Amino acid sequence: MPDATPSGLTIDTTKVPGIGTGGGRRGLLVTTILAIVLGLLLGAVLIVISEVMSGRGFDLAVPFKAYQALIEGSLKDARAIGSTLNIATPLILSGLAVTFGFRAGLFNIGGNGQFLMGAFFAAIVGAAPIFQGPLHMVLAILAGLLGGMLWGFIPGILKAWRGAHEVVTTIMLNYVAYLLLNELASRVFRDPTATFAKTRDVTADAQLPILIEGTRLHAGILVALLTAFLVWFLLFKTALGFEIRTVGINAFAARYAGMKAAFIAVLTMSLSGGLAGLGGAVENLGVTKGYPAEYIVNYGFDGIAVALLGRSHPFGVVGAAVLFGALRAGAGSMQRATGIPIDIITIVQAFIILFVAAEPVLRRAVPWLRSRRTPAASAAGA
Amino acid sequence: MTEGQTGQSDIAPTGDAAADAAQPVAAPATAEEIAAVLAGKASVVAPALEMRGITKRFPGVLANDHIDLEIRPGEIHALLGENGAGKSTLMNILYGLLTPDEGEILIAGTQVKLRDPNDAIKRGIGMVHQHFMLVPVFTVAENVILGTETMANPIFIDAHAADRRIRDLAKSLGFSIDPSAIVGDLSVGLQQRIEILKALYRGAKVLILDEPTAVLTPQETVEIFAVLRRLAAEGTSIVFISHKLYEVLEIADRITVIRRGKVVGHADPKTATEEDLATMMVGRGVSLSVEKTPAKPGDVALAVSDLSVADDQGSRVVDGCSFEVRMGEIFGIAGVGGNGQDEMVEAITGLRRPLSGQVKMAGADVTAHSPRDLDHRGLAYIPADRQRYGLVLAFPVDDNLALTDYHEPPFSNYGVLVDSAFHERAQKLIPEFDIRTPSDSVAVGTLSGGNQQKVIVAREFSKPIKVLVADQPTRGLDVGSIEFIHKQIIAKRDAGTAVLLVSAELDEVLELSDRIGVMYRGKLVTVIDAKDADKDRIGLIMATGRTGATSETEAP
Repeated sequence: MPDATPSGLTIDTTKVPGIGTGGGRRGLLVTTILAIVLGLLLGAVLIVISEVMSGRGFDLAVPFKAYQALIEGSLKDARAIGSTLNIATPLILSGLAVTFGFRAGLFNIGGNGQFLMGAFFAAIVGAAPIFQGPLHMVLAILAGLLGGMLWGFIPGILKAWRGAHEVVTTIMLNYVAYLLLNELASRVFRDPTATFAKTRDVTADAQLPILIEGTRLHAGILVALLTAFLVWFLLFKTALGFEIRTVGINAFAARYAGMKAAFIAVLTMSLSGGLAGLGGAVENLGVTKGYPAEYIVNYGFDGIAVALLGRSHPFGVVGAAVLFGALRAGAGSMQRATGIPIDIITIVQAFIILFVAAEPVLRRAVPWLRSRRTPAASAAGA
Repeated sequence: MTEGQTGQSDIAPTGDAAADAAQPVAAPATAEEIAAVLAGKASVVAPALEMRGITKRFPGVLANDHIDLEIRPGEIHALLGENGAGKSTLMNILYGLLTPDEGEILIAGTQVKLRDPNDAIKRGIGMVHQHFMLVPVFTVAENVILGTETMANPIFIDAHAADRRIRDLAKSLGFSIDPSAIVGDLSVGLQQRIEILKALYRGAKVLILDEPTAVLTPQETVEIFAVLRRLAAEGTSIVFISHKLYEVLEIADRITVIRRGKVVGHADPKTATEEDLATMMVGRGVSLSVEKTPAKPGDVALAVSDLSVADDQGSRVVDGCSFEVRMGEIFGIAGVGGNGQDEMVEAITGLRRPLSGQVKMAGADVTAHSPRDLDHRGLAYIPADRQRYGLVLAFPVDDNLALTDYHEPPFSNYGVLVDSAFHERAQKLIPEFDIRTPSDSVAVGTLSGGNQQKVIVAREFSKPIKVLVADQPTRGLDVGSIEFIHKQIIAKRDAGTAVLLVSAELDEVLELSDRIGVMYRGKLVTVIDAKDADKDRIGLIMATGRTGATSETEAP
């Protein structure tokens, strides 16, 4: 939906790779893998340069050692894999949130605020001693979903009612959420026994159980995978998903076909917020276990990166999030083994996204990708 | 032809920086030509461009099958073929957008490889696409020089030199243009001429025009034809792609006809008739006139009374229109495009809220009802802008065929889509409506315009419908598709459907309609029985809004 706000802000989500563009799924997979490989290669170059600049000399073997340590740190044993999946869990849900919005032509960059709302709601319900047993956990998760949905509903209704652009409203609500929850966590819901401002710890009942003994892998990954499947099913196998995708690609045709674009916008923003909130809930119930007043996260923006790399497909998002999870989980052991700073991994992630965004350039540069493009190119012709 | 030849050698030295690269290629040809003239063989004109045995396959389609094409200097060469015949594929190959699987391209006698449009531009090939490639917020000059900026110094573009050259170029083609005008503010006809200027600015010697008249008004078409004739007279070769027979006969020096990816013949516009061309193009005799029996009108199915509608800018573009359409009749609305027809149709079909007035279907007030409610009541709608309203181009054919009833059984059960139902419908409708597509799972946007339209027609006509609103149902289509769609519309009428037909093509309205209304500046100025309709008279009413000598004074 190419829409412009009065300020002239135009976001055309149909240009997001994997949505309105042709090229076929196989072509997308190939370019994605290429982007990852190129990102890692450029990272290797950077590692060599940083070694030279830090006075340790020119050594082409260092990147290999670094990446070896990276792989070991993320995949070596159950513990490492558990750590990878734990990091991937909120990334999957944040990526699904962004993907869901993209599919309806909405650019939700309010993932941070929605994540915080989800985390807070889950933390408050999870710490309330009124419930017992697994029901407590389920209620806490649903509370997180609801918190995120609330924070997505606001920009959704503003868009449908007054045409307020969601990019503006969601990013503003990020600050509102942070400051509001900071206030609540440090005054109204403050844990009096804690040395710093936070809410009470969630009860043992409400915490996500550890899946494998001896690791920290909690059940959040199951929630994330199940959600990814549900999002896929909703988007591609239901009439509602058909409407969401139609509104996302061509709002005019959606109206012609009798779909209610305004309703879809509200619903999609709410659900998108709910997915981000779910991310906050499982992170809180699995890892943080209480809401710290000064809770600074970047999952909303990580979610955009994950959605882009995952080509706005729920299963692609899972793959992208696990890759990022592995990179982050392995970064520590890379630093320990070779002294390469963790920040290199952030740069590698950025390179990968850059190559994904530069897909048309990639296709031009690589001849055998070009020939794949031709059936889509014939769209213009014949 | 000899004129064209000398013209070309005149124009060659004026090539700008972009054309310099082409000169090593062009030079031997010019030398050859000179040699030919010196040897007294001036009657043999070396082709400006030759395509030999071009073959291009797409999955499931042989788009071009050993096509030979020869373009002489200074000629207007028409490439005629149905939608999907392979014209655009061939031209995209020539412009470097596609790589042929087999065959070779020779420019001025030298074999070339065109890897991308930059290659083609360097070798003097320019293309004006059907959908313009202009930046609407840029000025004319900025658009023309984009990518080939001449610098006054390392930092600033030499805007004055560019302005001067653009003015001169336009003047040499017989029109004037303000280089500082914002392109988005200009008419479609002018934008098209900017596209031509852009190509010439880059030193084009061969200009490809992909269906240039599809977006133009008749007057603009006359103007662009004058420009093209002038260009050709100065030695530029023009490849004119079209499926409009009368246009091709009017403008072309030579005609090559393509059918299903093959060259099926050449025609001389001086001797060929429209019927000859239609037969070559479609491969069988095509009736250019519509056969139908007299209408048997029944009850009123659609009644519009005193309808007024505003456009997006809020000005009243439909002003108190009233008419009725009965079951089993076709009510045609003629009018020059932009006289409120589209807004009126959108108000009737629920896409636009009218300012005042009433729309009734089968006696029930349906004013401003939702498109879905109207769909349930048996309204089918072929929108004028098929790519905007009628289709989701990125969706596969089968999804588009169910775009309006995806939410009902058998396509949905309790909100869950039944993929097999989509597939089954597509398998039934694709042969029934002769939709040429490799499969039902390819994106509709990859089909040709005619086949895209057939997807809409198939979807709308396969519903149980009482009222059909067809807005420009055949715009941009070839004769074969037009004939097919016309037959379908007549068949619907004969089955008792009330048909509201809106078309800017007067011939179409005259041939299909049982009664004809003429719209002029938002008013339905007259309604005539088709039996009494006279083409010239209706044409005059369309142009002036005056219905006759008696009412001349009351015309707006």
